[in-house]
Amino acid sequence: MKPTTGNGKSRTRRLATHRPTRAHDGGYVLLLVGTRKGAWLFHSDASRKRWRIDGPHFLGHIVHHAVLDRRDGETLLVAAKTGHLGPTVFRSTDIGKTWKEASKPPAFRKAAEGEKGRAVDHVFWLTPGHASEPNTWYAGTSPEGLFRTEDGGNTWEPVVGFNDHSMYRKWTGDEQAGTPDGPKLHSILVDPRDPAHLYLGMSGGGGGVFESVDKGADWKPLNAGCRCDFLPDPYPEFGQDPHCVQLHPLAPDVLYQQNHCGIYRMERPQARWERIGENMPKAVGDIGFPIVLHPRDPNTAWVFPMDGSTVWPRVSVNGKAAAYVTRNAGKTWKRLDAGLPQEQAWFTVLRQAMTADAHDPVGLYFGTTTGDLWAGTNEGAKWSCIARHLPHIYSVEAAEISG
Amino acid sequence: MTVSIPTPLRSYTQKRAQVEGEGSTLAELLCDLDRRYPGIRFRMIDEQDAIRRHIRIFVNGEQVRDLGRALNASDEVQILQALSGG
Repeated sequence: MKPTTGNGKSRTRRLATHRPTRAHDGGYVLLLVGTRKGAWLFHSDASRKRWRIDGPHFLGHIVHHAVLDRRDGETLLVAAKTGHLGPTVFRSTDIGKTWKEASKPPAFRKAAEGEKGRAVDHVFWLTPGHASEPNTWYAGTSPEGLFRTEDGGNTWEPVVGFNDHSMYRKWTGDEQAGTPDGPKLHSILVDPRDPAHLYLGMSGGGGGVFESVDKGADWKPLNAGCRCDFLPDPYPEFGQDPHCVQLHPLAPDVLYQQNHCGIYRMERPQARWERIGENMPKAVGDIGFPIVLHPRDPNTAWVFPMDGSTVWPRVSVNGKAAAYVTRNAGKTWKRLDAGLPQEQAWFTVLRQAMTADAHDPVGLYFGTTTGDLWAGTNEGAKWSCIARHLPHIYSVEAAEISG
Repeated sequence: MTVSIPTPLRSYTQKRAQVEGEGSTLAELLCDLDRRYPGIRFRMIDEQDAIRRHIRIFVNGEQVRDLGRALNASDEVQILQALSGG
């Protein structure tokens, strides 16, 4: 049965914004690129047309995420491991000139006698904490674990309320199933109005979106209306595969997710996802990994569809690369492919590998599994390639550096 | 005792291929190495005290999987790595 969708009227009413809307005023953009073989930093000029490359950093390390702390504009964390060595976090407070390793990287607690222990394979996701908690960050790992630091990434502790939740095994499901590189905890979102209000996403043998209103002490599934094509009950309470979930920073009641089974939107206090991807062209579909929000307009979002038909090739549909944008909260979508290859382009854009800056017009950036880095500094109206032949790109984050 | 360090871990040992360490068991030796070279142990041994998949530890040429293995001051410990895949 098709789920009932949210109240359509709510999308058109004026959204309460968290703080005054304004574009970023000057400075330049720093792109942080995590790859399967190291990290690179790209510094733009004022026009965002020319880019200076700084890297590789940690050549040969598997870097799933590199994130600059927008609260202080200088702390940079990198989630790294190598093929041989265990997972860790490197920290820089001078934009990559010098690095220090975390003295206590994210790790599960030691298992009790007779209990099956968990070991972090890799740190997959990094999220700076609330503005009122300056040195706090969250990390999501594979297998699924939530960790928190209160000293800028030097020492990390498990968030016990999640990692040892009585439902943890049911929510995370079969350890052997799920993503080829291991099940992930990702999309850690902090409500800018309330440091105790958190969301996270999980993809693996189980999964779904989960919410906490008590700083991670307890969690509840938040998946109503979100489909699971791969389960006998297509609308279970949890078990979904939210590839990427985003919360609008100025209208924090607005959530979007690019799911394994479509594109969804939710506006709190509703607790039901509405499948806005139904309005995408049927020949393209609404499957993909990333979803990117406009820094000021909660009705605008970009996605990068992939082929989720037949055996799930998960590459650009028909080999023609394109982003899609909605400007009206998902009612209609527009294709953005100017400058992108329209034949024989068989890459994938992974969940952390597409992002936006805070300029006006907004600059969009994405990295491909074939190691190309693209920019569309006029909100994606035209794309240009700013680097080729990087390793397989896992993540692209944009940060504003004051002039 | 002398401990051989593989290339992936030499960022912790100031690029030295051989270092000195102490301990009456392999577990104690690894803790001693971590005191001398902070962070090195967790890159080799996970939080459940298992040796990571691509790390091999040999004592006098014999592979050891048990961190409780007793050691003597004259033992030679080699830490090796074996990575596969492209």
